[in-house]
Amino acid sequence: MIWFVAALVGMAALAWAFRFAGQVATGNAPKFRDMPYGVAYGYVLGVAVLAWLVWAYMQGRSDDQAIANKFFFLRIAIEGFIIFAIAAWIFRLLGRSVGTAGTKKLFRAMPLTASFGILTILVYAVFAIFAGVIAPYGQEQIIPGVAANIIPGGDPALGGNPDFPLGTDQIGRDILSRLIYGAQNTVGIAFATTVLAFLLGGTLGFLAATLGGWLDQLLSRAVDVLMAIPSLIFALLLMTIASVWAPELGIPLTVFMVIIIAVIDSTRVYRLARAVGQNIVVMDYIEAAKLRGEGLGYLVFKEILPNATAPLLAEFGLRFCFVFLTIAALSFLGVGIQPPLADWGTMVRDLGGFVNFAQFAPMAATAPLLAAGAIALLTVAVNFVVDWMLQKSSGLKE
Amino acid sequence: MGNVLKIIFQRLALGLLTLLIVSIVIFVAVNLLPGDFAQSILGQGATPEAVAAIRQDLGLDQPLLTRYFQWLGGVIQGDLGTSFAQANFASFTGTDSGATTVAQQIAPRFANTMFLAMITAAIAVPFSIFLGVLAALYRNTVFDRATNIFTLTSISSPEFFLAYILILFLAVLNPIFPSLSNIFEGMPFGERVEKSMLPALTLTLVVTAHMMRMTRAAIINLLASPYIEMARLKGLSPMRVIVKHALPNALAPIINVIALNLAYLITGVVVVEVVFVYPGIGQLFVDSVKIRDIPVVQACCLIFATAFILLNLTADIMSILSNPRLRHPK
Repeated sequence: MIWFVAALVGMAALAWAFRFAGQVATGNAPKFRDMPYGVAYGYVLGVAVLAWLVWAYMQGRSDDQAIANKFFFLRIAIEGFIIFAIAAWIFRLLGRSVGTAGTKKLFRAMPLTASFGILTILVYAVFAIFAGVIAPYGQEQIIPGVAANIIPGGDPALGGNPDFPLGTDQIGRDILSRLIYGAQNTVGIAFATTVLAFLLGGTLGFLAATLGGWLDQLLSRAVDVLMAIPSLIFALLLMTIASVWAPELGIPLTVFMVIIIAVIDSTRVYRLARAVGQNIVVMDYIEAAKLRGEGLGYLVFKEILPNATAPLLAEFGLRFCFVFLTIAALSFLGVGIQPPLADWGTMVRDLGGFVNFAQFAPMAATAPLLAAGAIALLTVAVNFVVDWMLQKSSGLKE
Repeated sequence: MGNVLKIIFQRLALGLLTLLIVSIVIFVAVNLLPGDFAQSILGQGATPEAVAAIRQDLGLDQPLLTRYFQWLGGVIQGDLGTSFAQANFASFTGTDSGATTVAQQIAPRFANTMFLAMITAAIAVPFSIFLGVLAALYRNTVFDRATNIFTLTSISSPEFFLAYILILFLAVLNPIFPSLSNIFEGMPFGERVEKSMLPALTLTLVVTAHMMRMTRAAIINLLASPYIEMARLKGLSPMRVIVKHALPNALAPIINVIALNLAYLITGVVVVEVVFVYPGIGQLFVDSVKIRDIPVVQACCLIFATAFILLNLTADIMSILSNPRLRHPK
């Protein structure tokens, strides 16, 4: 604590010295002359944090096992960050030189975060679609003759096994295979749920906007009530009920979960679709189509939908993130996707206790963090892409 | 001023009506359960007499409408019913030996959750406004972009990921805070704060991003106004322009966002409480969901919904009060 305060005070002095040195060295150039003290402090703080990161990285590579263990995760995080940044940069470079003129133009103005997001989503899609081909073992397969709880890393000296680079779980299933299948199950189910929510909410929202009147009132008030209950709480309540019904009806609980979350999330889609639809319905071309005698289906799908694509697409990305996180949270609490299906939320819950061994066997702690990190990485990637799309479509430069 | 009072009363009435409908939704949803509790507690081999006895004991033999009004009447008087799991049935023991009521079970946990929410708010609100002002001050610089990426990452990570990362770095590798938040009654305040630090920090990470981004956007929105231009032309420093001239005018949207995020805290608290084994209402809720203790689930749901509606209502009223155009509708 004392060292921390001392470091802050030292940096304060350094910031003053830095600004003064800049003023003297550049002959009082405007950049240094008008620099507020806060900015100078910010520069020094930034350099200090960078220096500390480099130091921590070197500690992570130290020969002393105890010290290396302590900085192991920071080291991995830094390496991962650099690798991801380089991959995103190469991907953007590739996009700029390969493809049609349109895509080239798109990539030219793309920030690095967005290209990282697109690359990550593509990789996840590949894993989700070809999980059965890529994964070395089955998701439910308990490999005979293999111990449970093999530590990740594949180093026999530390209790690993080169055949299982990420180790095995409590009952001897390959964690790597389960992670890969998790892409299929968790992402696939979340995607299906989002599509269902959009079909439901979008259709009803557009209908309410076009028809108005009592239908609009009825649907909007119903949505108001549903939105007054926090979504995770409502989902948990309904899942309790579904978990009793599921075995009686012989329908898997996961199907119930998809429907429940789709209905809860469709209320948010409904709000947006109705608001966007109401702005479009008053346009002249809708009036013209109505006078032509077009039917309701034509109005909704040929006139309103094409004009509402941009906001709905951005909403789809955000909605997917919410649905994905809700499903992960439900699974983490034990009422979501049911075993033996491999799922990231469930894996975090099952393997979570290993985090406590991080000090002595850092490898053991990686398994739950990998599963949780896989969830975080995808939502972060989608958010980056949505952020970029919104910025592009609104033309905000600030 | 009478106009404002009228609008506020209208909103309050609307909030009460919503709450009433929500209570109906919760009650109906719970009663969609097949069979009833009497059957499930006694299992397959129960004699009809025993089932009927328990049913009568719990009032399950009444029609749905009667039960709803009995429940509602109880709730209004602060009686949330008897926990099924904790009940000892009068028909078995012969005497009613004072079964644990849901209200007794929930009260201490509710206080714990409120304590956690307050600590979180105390950290998150100043922190996010500070970050937001800084990001607006140094907009479009490296600092702004780094904060943007950091907040976007923390807002889109699942709560349990953030929780485990914090456990890893602040509890296991550097033992600063305990990773288990076993709070109990009569604990000294300092120790209590220390034990609930990690859950509070996790929740802070979750809500800061949204509040900070809205603060930044609200301030930047105002920067094109003539009076900001004037302040700049007077030669005020950028910091002073933002803190003295822009921030007070941006407070309305910021307060609105803070209220909405506190409402969000109520849902986020469930997962975080489970990770840290924090004895709050969220954990009670999840446990009751698992053992299907219906009265507790019902009561927790109602409490969460009430808090959610109240905070949304506060946000609504605040934004009316702070915006003259809404205060005097045409």
